Amino acid sequence: MSERTYVDIEAELTDQPINFDEDICLAENVVYVKPQTLIDIPMHYCPGCGHSTAHKILMEVVDEMGIQEEIIGVAPVGCSVFAYHYMNVDMQEAAHGRACAVATGIKRIMPEKYVFTYQGDGDLAAIGTAETVHAANRGENILVVFINNGIYGMTSGQMAPTTLPGMVTTTSPYGRDVKTQGHPLYISNLLANLPGVAYVSRHSVHTPNNVRKAKKSLAKALEYQKQGLGFCLVEIVTNCPSNWKMTPKQSNQFVEEKMIPFYPLGDIKVPEGK
Amino acid sequence: MAKVMGEIIIDIERCKGCELCFDACPKEAIQLSDTINSKGYQFAIKVNDLCNGCASCALVCPDAVITVYRKVDKAKRPVKVIEIED
Ligand SMILES: Cc1ncc(C[n+]2csc(CCOP(=O)(O)OP(=O)(O)O)c2C)c(N)n1
Ligand code: SF4
Ligand SMILES: [Mg+2]
Repeated sequence: MSERTYVDIEAELTDQPINFDEDICLAENVVYVKPQTLIDIPMHYCPGCGHSTAHKILMEVVDEMGIQEEIIGVAPVGCSVFAYHYMNVDMQEAAHGRACAVATGIKRIMPEKYVFTYQGDGDLAAIGTAETVHAANRGENILVVFINNGIYGMTSGQMAPTTLPGMVTTTSPYGRDVKTQGHPLYISNLLANLPGVAYVSRHSVHTPNNVRKAKKSLAKALEYQKQGLGFCLVEIVTNCPSNWKMTPKQSNQFVEEKMIPFYPLGDIKVPEGK
Repeated sequence: MAKVMGEIIIDIERCKGCELCFDACPKEAIQLSDTINSKGYQFAIKVNDLCNGCASCALVCPDAVITVYRKVDKAKRPVKVIEIED
């Protein structure tokens, strides 16, 4: 057997190509550090996957608002099924698509807690449409973080309701044909029409600026929840490099050039007077 | 104007080499390594000293492997040169 060479990690670390400046690397100069509430283990997501970025900003918001003890999350089925492994807050796993129903129960029993669900597009807009629509219509006072990557990521890339027209997936190998497979579902816009819904906003996490905006939006939504304004949904248009069969960079370019023109970013509904 | 100095420390063992930070960095300070980490990924490394601590790389990093530092050095104010003609 041939001998394999491994990088000596310790040596690599101390041997960083450009020496780092010890005068700058002091605790008082930190401008960005991994959020405390994000558990310090490697995430299982593919390289460049927007799920990880979304987890990260959500936990940054929890950290900044200081509500780690007061927030309860509901994890979905999909690639983010293990969200509870990474988010160091109280979490409950829901059956596929039923996160909003589970969150309803939690919020009604513990109205003083912040409650959020974290759901993919297959979870929220396909199998879980009924639960989502009715929770929104009842004006349940919860936050839904909706990760729209236009595909079923976990099950290896089937067409989702949000898949773009012409987009190739394993179940639309010739591209989504709207004549037979219907049009992409603007679920956020649909929900925004319901009177129980307080806040709907669409963001992305593919550039630093978009990350900042998405984070602000999450914080705002939690603030509205505290004021009891009703159902809040923050959609994050993101990538799935593995199932789009792209490199992370190409997938972000696709988000920019194809997804965002189709799913325009910005507020879709804001509470009156806000 | 005071001189702004930045520094990044990359947790190369956690880096998955997605390269998203490369484009985010306005100073082109990050590139891919030639070597791999124990998971088999080539990882991000800092390749120049132009970092000003804007934290753009850290914001887009999905795995939050980049810690960013920023120091404003007030002592290093550039001296304004006034030419006196006679
Ligand atoms: C009741 C039930 N039906 C089907 C599945 C199979 N399944 C698992 S994940 C998934 C789709 C997930 O897609 P999405 O919500 O978009 O999440 P992503 O992986 O893209 O983040 C499906 C259909 C399941 N686990 N349970
Ligand atoms: S399959 Fe897609 S959604 Fe799932 S972790 Fe990989 S890139 Fe992310
Ligand atoms: Mg999906």
